[in-house]
Amino acid sequence: MHKALVMEADACTGCHQCEMMCSYGKVGAFNPSKSVIDITIFDGGAVNVPSTCTQCEGAWCMVVCPVEAITVNSSTGAKEVSAEVCVGCKVCTIACPFGAINYDVDSGVVTKCDLCGGEPMCVEACPTTALSFVAEDSTGYDKMRRNAILAAGIEEGIA
Amino acid sequence: MHYVIAGAGPAAVAAAEHIRELDTDSKVTMIGAQAQPPYSRMAIPYFLTGKVEQKGTYLRRSDNHYAEKGIDYLHDEVVSVQPEDHSLSLASGEKIQYDKLLLATGAEPIIPPVPGMDDPRVQQCWHLEDAERIIDLAKPGARAVQVGAGFIGCIILESWVLREVDLTVVEMGPRMVPRMLGEKAGGLLQTWCESKGVSVHTNTQVKAIESTPEELHVVLESGETCPADVVIVSTGVKPRLGYLQGCEIKIDQGIVIDEHMRTTAPDIYAAGDCAQGLDFSTGETAVHAVQPTATEHGRVAAANMVSNNDLPYKGSLNMNILDTLGLVTCSFGAWEGVDGGDSAEMFNQDNFQYINLQFKEDILVGANSVGYHKHLGMLRGLIETKIPLGPWKDRLIANPVQIADAYLGANEASLKSS
Ligand SMILES: Cc1cc2nc3c(=O)[nH]c(=O)nc-3n(C[C@H](O)[C@H](O)[C@H](O)COP(=O)(O)OP(=O)(O)OC[C@H]3O[C@@H](n4cnc5c(N)ncnc54)[C@H](O)[C@@H]3O)c2cc1C
Ligand code: SF4
Repeated sequence: MHKALVMEADACTGCHQCEMMCSYGKVGAFNPSKSVIDITIFDGGAVNVPSTCTQCEGAWCMVVCPVEAITVNSSTGAKEVSAEVCVGCKVCTIACPFGAINYDVDSGVVTKCDLCGGEPMCVEACPTTALSFVAEDSTGYDKMRRNAILAAGIEEGIA
Repeated sequence: MHYVIAGAGPAAVAAAEHIRELDTDSKVTMIGAQAQPPYSRMAIPYFLTGKVEQKGTYLRRSDNHYAEKGIDYLHDEVVSVQPEDHSLSLASGEKIQYDKLLLATGAEPIIPPVPGMDDPRVQQCWHLEDAERIIDLAKPGARAVQVGAGFIGCIILESWVLREVDLTVVEMGPRMVPRMLGEKAGGLLQTWCESKGVSVHTNTQVKAIESTPEELHVVLESGETCPADVVIVSTGVKPRLGYLQGCEIKIDQGIVIDEHMRTTAPDIYAAGDCAQGLDFSTGETAVHAVQPTATEHGRVAAANMVSNNDLPYKGSLNMNILDTLGLVTCSFGAWEGVDGGDSAEMFNQDNFQYINLQFKEDILVGANSVGYHKHLGMLRGLIETKIPLGPWKDRLIANPVQIADAYLGANEASLKSS
């Protein structure tokens, strides 16, 4: 069974370590604007919400892509973007109801979470239990995934 | 069971593959009136600029993809459909029997009824072959006139500039992309294009194209004449339905389909640019000739064809994103607003930034943005989940930029209460 990245807002302190490590892993520099996981801080720090791609079943980004630039990594289940194939049309960025795939102006292609090949750096960087990488049947993960499925109105199993 | 799909574009391929996923045994035949493997029209702009080779426009990369999936791909043209005996006739003379048929024949460009359109230097940008001819005509330094600044026009416009042609755009509407952007956003886009050296004429139509051996003269209703080496026509599209003449099937703006993607003819479904399906925003039917609708229609049609109509479709959300010379604009759903609704707006002319949000009670129903490219999909999520924004509505009205905050805040609240 694949593992899933589970995000618990309640445990997040808003330290941004995950964004730092993510960008380091992706572009070799500590630059949160290049991170594919985001921490959003509300109410002056009282609530911090991590968000990234849930590798959802519907995979709206992958289905809509006109050139097959997004494919599933069979060992991790992650939907991965090939920077060589992507033409930068951005249609996936509006198709994803999570807003979890975004255009990067510098590279001219889109970026999203690829679970770092099975060892997510954000999870390693997280000093609390806000981020964990666990078996897919955990409740939190299920809820997030259901949300994505609802968003496009297509039942699980068919999507 | 024999599933037949007329067409070989995004809607057809999404359907063929999904049928195969759901039914591993039946025969699946896909028929495309084109010489190439299935390709994406929307990747053509990147072929024009040389970002990808022709192969980079193909929907699937492996040469044997369709054979490996057990999908028979015929290069042929459907010339008629006979619902009475579940058959269709091909240009090659062959006749094919189907159990279930999907019509996914897409659209074709509308050519305005103006004298001079038949000159070979006047081109549409629709098929890969058109792109090849344009590459020959639009050499660096050439003068190009693009007729039409609809959404496809605004996407391909960038290709001419990158090809270093001297570009003039003529749009009969009051602004660029009038069906996707309002006055302020369309105005920003026009100023942006002009700042990049493109000459833009709005509110005027082309009256005639006069040819001399050396050049073309594009005569505008306003009285002006633009000299050109090449003219690109991008004045809208209409469903490609010639083969349905005389067939008992309801056609309005496109082939009319119900929430199961069924046409009015038995065992015939339709999907993509040729179909007039349920519109998520209005509850009526409409043709949404965009890639997300094509692929979604294809999958939902496939599921209904295989399951005997078990999957009602929520309707397609009309949405679009354009990158015009580096300025990203997008639109979702009821961006023009709904009766009795509220709205939020942010306009920063100097930074080329704009946001328009439309609400019905505390639910987002439509949006535009200019100059943003992060988390745009959240707008779709907010609209399609109809998630109540609660306190976030007023915060968005006060500061429309907080879309990601509102999305996460409203989602957190609904997760907690569920
Ligand atoms: C230049 C350009 C840029 C675009 N950019 C975007 C964009 O950025 N975002 C976006 O969302 N959309 C964009 N679009 C629109 C998008 O490409 C279409 O919405 C999409 O291709 C529709 O898919 P479809 O499968 O319904 O139809 P099509 O792609 O038109 O495919 C129709 C298929 O049917 C075949 N066919 C037609 N008639 C017959 C027949 N009688 N017999 C057999 N086969 C037949 C054709 O050969 C073709 O294979 C763009 C379009 C163009 C032209
Ligand atoms: S931006 Fe890239 S990955 Fe996204 S749909 Fe376009 S080509 Fe595919």
